[in-house]
Amino acid sequence: MSDTLVNEAIYQTDALIAEDIDQYLDTHQHKTMLRFITCGSVDDGKSTLIGRLLYDSKMIFEDQLEALQSDSKKVGTQGQEIDFALLVDGLAAEREQGITIDVAYRFFNTEKRKFIVADTPGHEQYTRNMVTGASTADLAVILIDARKGVLVQTRRHSYLAHLIGIKNIVLAVNKMDLVDYDQSVYDTILEDYTQFARSIGITAFTPIPISGFKGDNITGLSENMPWYKGPALIEHLENVEVDQLSDQAKPFRMAVQWVNRPNLDFRGFSGQIASGAVKLGDPVRVLPSGKTSTITRIVTLGGDLDEAVAGQSVTLCFADEVDCSRGDVIAASDNPPQAADQFEATVVWMADEEMLPGRPYWLKIGTQTVTATIQQPKYQVNVNTMEHLAAKTLDLNAIGVANLSTDRQVVFESYADNRTLGGFILIDKITNATVAAGMLHFSLRRAQNVHWQPTDVGRESHAAMKNQKPAVLWFTGLSGAGKSTIANIVEKKLARMNRHTFLLDGDNVRHGLNKDLGFTDADRVENIRRVGEMAKLMTDAGLIVITAFISPFRSERDMVRQMMQPGEFIEVHIDTSLADAEARDVKGLYKKAREGTLKNFTGIDSPYEAPQDPEIRIDTGAMSAEEAADFIVARLIP
Amino acid sequence: MALAAKNLTHLERLESEAIHIMREVVSEAEKPVMLYSVGKDSAVMLHLARKAFYPSPPPFPLLHVDTTWKFQEMYKLRDRMARESGMELLVYHNQEAMDRGINPFDHGALHTDMWKTEGLKQALNLYGFDAAFGGARRDEEKSRAKERIFSFRTASHGWDPKNQRPELWNLYNARKNKGESIRVFPISNWTELDIWQYIHLNDVPIVPLYFAAERPTVERDGMLLMVDDDRFPLLPGETPVMRSIRFRTLGCYPLTGAVESTATTLPQVIQETLLTTTSERQGRAIDKDAGGAGMEKKKQEGYF
Repeated sequence: MSDTLVNEAIYQTDALIAEDIDQYLDTHQHKTMLRFITCGSVDDGKSTLIGRLLYDSKMIFEDQLEALQSDSKKVGTQGQEIDFALLVDGLAAEREQGITIDVAYRFFNTEKRKFIVADTPGHEQYTRNMVTGASTADLAVILIDARKGVLVQTRRHSYLAHLIGIKNIVLAVNKMDLVDYDQSVYDTILEDYTQFARSIGITAFTPIPISGFKGDNITGLSENMPWYKGPALIEHLENVEVDQLSDQAKPFRMAVQWVNRPNLDFRGFSGQIASGAVKLGDPVRVLPSGKTSTITRIVTLGGDLDEAVAGQSVTLCFADEVDCSRGDVIAASDNPPQAADQFEATVVWMADEEMLPGRPYWLKIGTQTVTATIQQPKYQVNVNTMEHLAAKTLDLNAIGVANLSTDRQVVFESYADNRTLGGFILIDKITNATVAAGMLHFSLRRAQNVHWQPTDVGRESHAAMKNQKPAVLWFTGLSGAGKSTIANIVEKKLARMNRHTFLLDGDNVRHGLNKDLGFTDADRVENIRRVGEMAKLMTDAGLIVITAFISPFRSERDMVRQMMQPGEFIEVHIDTSLADAEARDVKGLYKKAREGTLKNFTGIDSPYEAPQDPEIRIDTGAMSAEEAADFIVARLIP
Repeated sequence: MALAAKNLTHLERLESEAIHIMREVVSEAEKPVMLYSVGKDSAVMLHLARKAFYPSPPPFPLLHVDTTWKFQEMYKLRDRMARESGMELLVYHNQEAMDRGINPFDHGALHTDMWKTEGLKQALNLYGFDAAFGGARRDEEKSRAKERIFSFRTASHGWDPKNQRPELWNLYNARKNKGESIRVFPISNWTELDIWQYIHLNDVPIVPLYFAAERPTVERDGMLLMVDDDRFPLLPGETPVMRSIRFRTLGCYPLTGAVESTATTLPQVIQETLLTTTSERQGRAIDKDAGGAGMEKKKQEGYF
């Protein structure tokens, strides 16, 4: 342990603590905060660097140091020296395998700042973890092993940091001690990196040659590299401008989190200011309604404020009784953000289950939560080479650009202008898992210009002329369960009762409207979406629509249900065991699937999600097709 | 709108973040509750809750999962703070632990497991809370450094560290299935020093045990324990000795080690904290079992 480095000037605070604690506290209560991320793999010395920062700023206590010393001897990779990496790898699995799996947050202080470090794993399979850590960072430290130079992972990390909008990038050329502090090694790496950085749009970065292990150019400038004229790492981290400050220069926006209404005399709107500043008397506009008012109070427990800025959590009061609730955005009245329902966005997929174009997901942006569907990606980005690749979907850790549409207007700004109003997450509606993160680019013109065309003969008139109530009988079940057979009998019975019907059959639709679709999960979702839209048009025309599709996924059946008027969607589960369906195998498909000549077959190598609570359930073991049809008709027309 | 740029301090940013988190929970959860342990972290968390919803009182109750072995001073402050904040105070005791007379002197780890871990699970199930605020900080312990701010628990309250939801920007996904719940840690990003500075700046009321005073103590297994009431079984040859002591953390008094100190004001306490050379939780017996993975294992079982 080189004690000399610990005693560098920057950390000579102990004397002040001991001599004048009040003075010390005063200084430290005025510190600012910088959040940064370190990118690199264990081999680059990332954990060692963080351990060094914690140690040098005295964030490691004696008991932790003792534990570290004994651990280092047991499982460390640095011989008899202290293995700082052990300090930061926290989960049992990480310590066992000697790798970093998840984002860890670390804290240290200097005289000027408090620092929060997001320590993230560097391997490609942990791209989502790195994006997560980067999302709250003001700055990224990209680590390079001086012996290896700019590697594929350096490119990937730089691309991701840039993608997530980090403006301050530090290129830390580490392990300089292992190349004899040779300037030419550093210069070559710098030249390589500059060229690459420019190619992906990084216009400025700060290069620093360091040794995390030995402590060179960390807290103070190293005598080993007199040729280096820039700042030491800590000095740079202490002085770089944080985003919170630059956000204040932008127009005022605050997403409303909660309406504060303790009694009839007080109504305030609580939220965290996303950008700009607000002061008493400012005219504001509530979006998406567009209603305006002026600010009369900025309320906090410590007393009212005259003004508040980006980053602060406040409660605002208006001069007028303007409608405003959670999800609305309060903005500068002369410079409000737009609302739209179709966008282009970058999507980072974070779930094991691949993205399904057309499937409805929850989209949360600011305090707004809406339903969104994503189209097939325009392209996927190879995160190592930045090449654009054709893609039908996105799987775990994939990054792509796609259009998406929402079921209602979303108040937004492009991510480049505003992280809060441009960054979103996607949530699976069944598992509730966060499956993706995204960044809005812009709204699509057609969302602004294509308006719904009202027609004079409405759906009620269509239905009245046919003297019936439109409905969708949605048959779902395994292949060979008897969906088409029963649906066909139901239609005949309804026709005899003078009902106007139309039967949409899976196989028939796939010969025409959907002949461009295959049987992958993504294509199955699109198949059902189109059928749903068609069924919806037919119910608008007053028809009773009968559909016979396997429709294996719960999400898509629910999506179609949402498209229809309440009560119009009747889910009919033709419930047959897989064994029975396979035993009958009318079309010989199960045999093919078992032999492996037919891929993605429901029940065999593609899942069937049975309805949990269908309006009608037909147990094919308990009734004949004829009886089933009677039962369904009786439910529809009592 | 040309105001002079205002550089927020680290405490202002941490405060704002915590308030934002609490408001998200109240907006998205059905039945939130705040775990209140009466320690300094709980004190700060409660103060932040009062700020977040002012002029309304915080729209959730306080839950104290009690072991009956806390310091008397803690019970006093707990009742006072509930009164002052206008919040409902729920105190839960694990009946089985009560009936079996589980105590820290005779039962060691079982005491923590039954009163705290099991007691917490029972209380959450009893009231049907779907989101519970906790005052844990990431700088306290290694597995906590990797835990999300919104941390999911299965219906049986288990934590799966390898299967955590990504948490980006300040967008929190509070959606869950029936029976599942969330533990929410609004002061995740605070350090011990931040907590002390915040208490100092905002005059947050804390238990007097954090300040040095003459108190009756015995020394046992290298720890300095305070004889807080007459349930403390003295070993042969042990006599309580008056010492000037204070506590860095507060838990069950028989499990919480004191430090000898003369710090009677907050600046003096902070001064001592900064000059000290052992980490905060060292005074607590709970982290010592099961080696480095002790807390991770406890959390998987449902401990906060």
